Amino acid sequence: MDLLAVILVDGLIYGAWLFIVSVGLTLTFGVLNILNMAHGGLYAIGAYTTATAVGIYFANGGDAFPLGSYAVMVFSALLVAVVLGPLLERGLLRHFYDRDHVVIVLVTYGIFLILEDVMKLIWGVTPLFVSEPYSLLGNVEMGPLFYVTYDFLVIGVAIFAGLAVWYVLNRTRQGKVVLAVIHDREMSRTMGVNVNKVFMVSFMAGVFLAALGGALTAPMISVSPGISVNVIILAFAVVIIGGLGSIEGAAIGALFVGIARAASVHMLPAAELFIIYLVMAAVLVFRPEGLFPKTEARKI
Amino acid sequence: MTNSRFFVPVCCVLIFAVLVGIGFIIPQWAMFLATMALAKGLVALGIVILMRAGLVSFGQGLYFCIGAYVSGLMANWTGITDIVLLSILGVLVSVILATICARLLSGYRGIFFAMLTLSLSMILYGALSKMSIIGGTDGLNVSAPTFLGYAPEGRALGFSLYFYTCLVSVIAGGLIRVYFNSERGLTALAIRDNELRVEYLGSSVKSAISSGYIMAAAVGGLGGVIAGLAIGHVDPEYAYWTTSGEFVFVAILSGFFSITAVFASSIVLEVVRSFSNLYFPNTWQLVLGVFLLIVILLLPNGLGSLFSKRRRKGGSE
Amino acid sequence: MKINYLRAGARFKLTRSAGLFALAASIISGTAAAEETFKVGVVTFLSGGAAESFGVPAMNGGKMLIKMLNEGGKLPAPYDQKGFGGLTIEAIEVDEAGGATKQVQEFRNLVQREEVDTVLGYVSSGDCLAIPPVADELKAFTILYDCGTPRVFEEGEYEYVFRTASHAAMDNISLAKYLKSRGIKADSYAGINQDYAWGQDSWADFSAAMEQYLPDAEQKTSLFPKIYAGQYGTEISALMRERADVVHSSLWGGDLQALVLQAGPRGLFKKSQVVLAAGDHVIPQLGKKMPDGVIIGARGVNGLAAKPNGGELLETLWAAYEEEYGTFPVQAPFRMWQAMLGLKMAVEKAMAENGGKKPNDEELAAAMTGLEWEAPSGTIRMTLGKGHQAIQPNAIGRTQWDAEKNAMTLVDIEYYSAECVNPPDGIAAVEWIKQGLPGAVCE
Repeated sequence: MDLLAVILVDGLIYGAWLFIVSVGLTLTFGVLNILNMAHGGLYAIGAYTTATAVGIYFANGGDAFPLGSYAVMVFSALLVAVVLGPLLERGLLRHFYDRDHVVIVLVTYGIFLILEDVMKLIWGVTPLFVSEPYSLLGNVEMGPLFYVTYDFLVIGVAIFAGLAVWYVLNRTRQGKVVLAVIHDREMSRTMGVNVNKVFMVSFMAGVFLAALGGALTAPMISVSPGISVNVIILAFAVVIIGGLGSIEGAAIGALFVGIARAASVHMLPAAELFIIYLVMAAVLVFRPEGLFPKTEARKI
Repeated sequence: MTNSRFFVPVCCVLIFAVLVGIGFIIPQWAMFLATMALAKGLVALGIVILMRAGLVSFGQGLYFCIGAYVSGLMANWTGITDIVLLSILGVLVSVILATICARLLSGYRGIFFAMLTLSLSMILYGALSKMSIIGGTDGLNVSAPTFLGYAPEGRALGFSLYFYTCLVSVIAGGLIRVYFNSERGLTALAIRDNELRVEYLGSSVKSAISSGYIMAAAVGGLGGVIAGLAIGHVDPEYAYWTTSGEFVFVAILSGFFSITAVFASSIVLEVVRSFSNLYFPNTWQLVLGVFLLIVILLLPNGLGSLFSKRRRKGGSE
Repeated sequence: MKINYLRAGARFKLTRSAGLFALAASIISGTAAAEETFKVGVVTFLSGGAAESFGVPAMNGGKMLIKMLNEGGKLPAPYDQKGFGGLTIEAIEVDEAGGATKQVQEFRNLVQREEVDTVLGYVSSGDCLAIPPVADELKAFTILYDCGTPRVFEEGEYEYVFRTASHAAMDNISLAKYLKSRGIKADSYAGINQDYAWGQDSWADFSAAMEQYLPDAEQKTSLFPKIYAGQYGTEISALMRERADVVHSSLWGGDLQALVLQAGPRGLFKKSQVVLAAGDHVIPQLGKKMPDGVIIGARGVNGLAAKPNGGELLETLWAAYEEEYGTFPVQAPFRMWQAMLGLKMAVEKAMAENGGKKPNDEELAAAMTGLEWEAPSGTIRMTLGKGHQAIQPNAIGRTQWDAEKNAMTLVDIEYYSAECVNPPDGIAAVEWIKQGLPGAVCE
């Protein structure tokens, strides 16, 4: 397999993963105008919950039907979203909606700090492993290289998640209501839209996507303290490159970073650490509001 | 009285006298804590300058780091250890860099400004991490500073650093207070309210923001020089986003009404962090997070709103 | 590995109210230190990425050892005396997370506010570089127990600072020696190391050592993923394409576990001989998921490599650790033990000289300089950096799953004496390797 093809495949796999871990962030920003620093924490909780749930599944006769573990993974992410989504949005964030953007960023930073220690209190520091779902689907042979089929499953999930979010926002009635709220909260409220509900559901969707990212990653890694920090930086970079609040932007941004990184690893490994910042700097210099900037009405 | 031209200088002298007086009685660890808090307060002061114009920089770590590295590298390469000279150099480099960045940044507002500044700071972090010649991620040590030829050791060194930090903090605070009260400084508040109006009235919003940003960089660099010399070690972590986040927190905690409140908030944060780290070694992040949420919830306008209530009622806002 | 939160809370009530009072009053300085206790500030990672693999196991091992010492008579001679020379040991835990700036502040607080007798800690090499100048400034006796960077005593000279573990050069020298002596096919080698000081230094040491021992081996790609990256798919593809005979890595903790989990199914371990400079500490977590035949070091004769040597001291600590935490000890608790036992010897030596009083920092530093003591990891000798930097023996082995015992074991272990893989005093490690390791004494 020649170098170009390897770079494309590797870039696609990594880009798909990047998209899944960052699409929730851009959705939350798009609808609620919140740059959620706790995103990484929610990702980690998704990973921990999945690791625990899949562990329980296999301990209780899951071996008979191992594919069921994928359902358990999705269910775990849903559980995190249903529990933490309303708790954080209704319980905390809504008190700060009339405050400055940056104040809300700090609030989510506070939540991030709290989640870090809460996870440690619940799960301790011993790492959890659930590698069964990772090897379940076997390998794909591509020339001299083996890939794990699970990697391609991640690509599938990324495409599905992206399309689903796009479809709901643009092709359903509820989605149009959300777009109306994004455009003008006050006007939507006067037209009888339950803005609070839209916020809560959208935030839950963001939490779900974050947790799903964690759930999908859990089988590939050792789930242990500290996995949240790196994800925040990556997701931030992708979202800034793509344009805050843009789903398409996040997709293109993730793909862009994925392929640039793969090219760097194969051809110029010393630059790997730097590549994401380079892409970010280049985009910021030429298109400071990202590839797909969110248009905003200007009020005088 | 607040309008008298002597008000600010008199306040500065009084505050300085009190700070130095306190320096004689507090134990050494507290003096070091205060030195660091004031140095970090200087950086946060920069954010407050920008906050008055409705902008928040999430990347003041950039200048904090530049200041620290300038003093560290100068001390290591040229042997200059004089704190005054190093401060001037640190501020100078910060100002030059800020003048370049301001051209890029002054067109952006809100979260974009915050994110852009954060990215710039992270780019510096990445670059420094790569430079193994100056220590890479491990950073490098900085020898103890001298004070115009005076080379103290032990407690005298700690006190001299504290004295110097108090002096520059008070001077910087006083100058910025004068600036805040000036016509140009008040433009910032007008920009916060409505920048189109400011433009229509004939002032340049861009240049006001640029000068605010450059001033913020100057105090940021100054804070970095002091912190680098006080800690005795500089590493790329100075430019990391969590460092910048801490400065933003101090700025939010203090609000933009009072300069004294900025330094007070910085001291409060240092104390809370220091003690929670020791008493709750396993849950200090939780303590800090809860503290952060409570403060933001209960003090919407920051600590400064407690200090300056009277003044605001008087109508100077 | 449960963390004892309740105890931390209780301690807060008992001994810390004094500290709070001191803050409120702001003028109390120099409270009378209780003569019967010896206060040790123990600093290591309790949160973040290094907590699971290094910080918490070390803290656990340390707490366990302190408990045993305070009860007295639990360990064989010369460690049978209660506490440190009869003084009860009191530990104050501090989280190392947060960077060097914060650690310097915490260090000052420990020394000046909590008035600890010794600070023992630091895993991160950045912290290990930042702390020593401050320790000397405050004249505070300090032990660096874990970090690997050779820069501490190669670039500086300190009076009150000691490091009780070898620096990282020996890990990679030993690996190259092992490859040569075992005749492992190594016509080409590639590397995957984290892009920060530890990873960069490890790769530099390893490739320099390879040039000495196997000069014909061709160096292929050297990858530097970001620390805590967690996703190594692309790197694994690059390594597989290179088809190097040997793949070197100094990854640790969650990163290493992720690499093993992701590289296993893709066949990297079958195509290349993987050598891990510090890999022993992931064995308890990975268990059977760690492939057979991986060559690993443990940064000293630690963990599974130490077990075959036996001895009463090792067996006692090993059994107690297994009983308390349900898993066997790896390199982190071993390094904590060797630091604490060395401290115990230094305190007792100083007390023998000053007539049994609690020793001050100068007396401790004098006693520690050039000290030699037995630890579960072998004989530790403070020979480098004018008697401030330890050297210790090392071991490299190969993983093999023991189906009968249902446990991972190390086989084909080779032991290297301390003088064989550590540079003599006065020469920088990397220079020493490049000059062809002059003066190395190997058995």
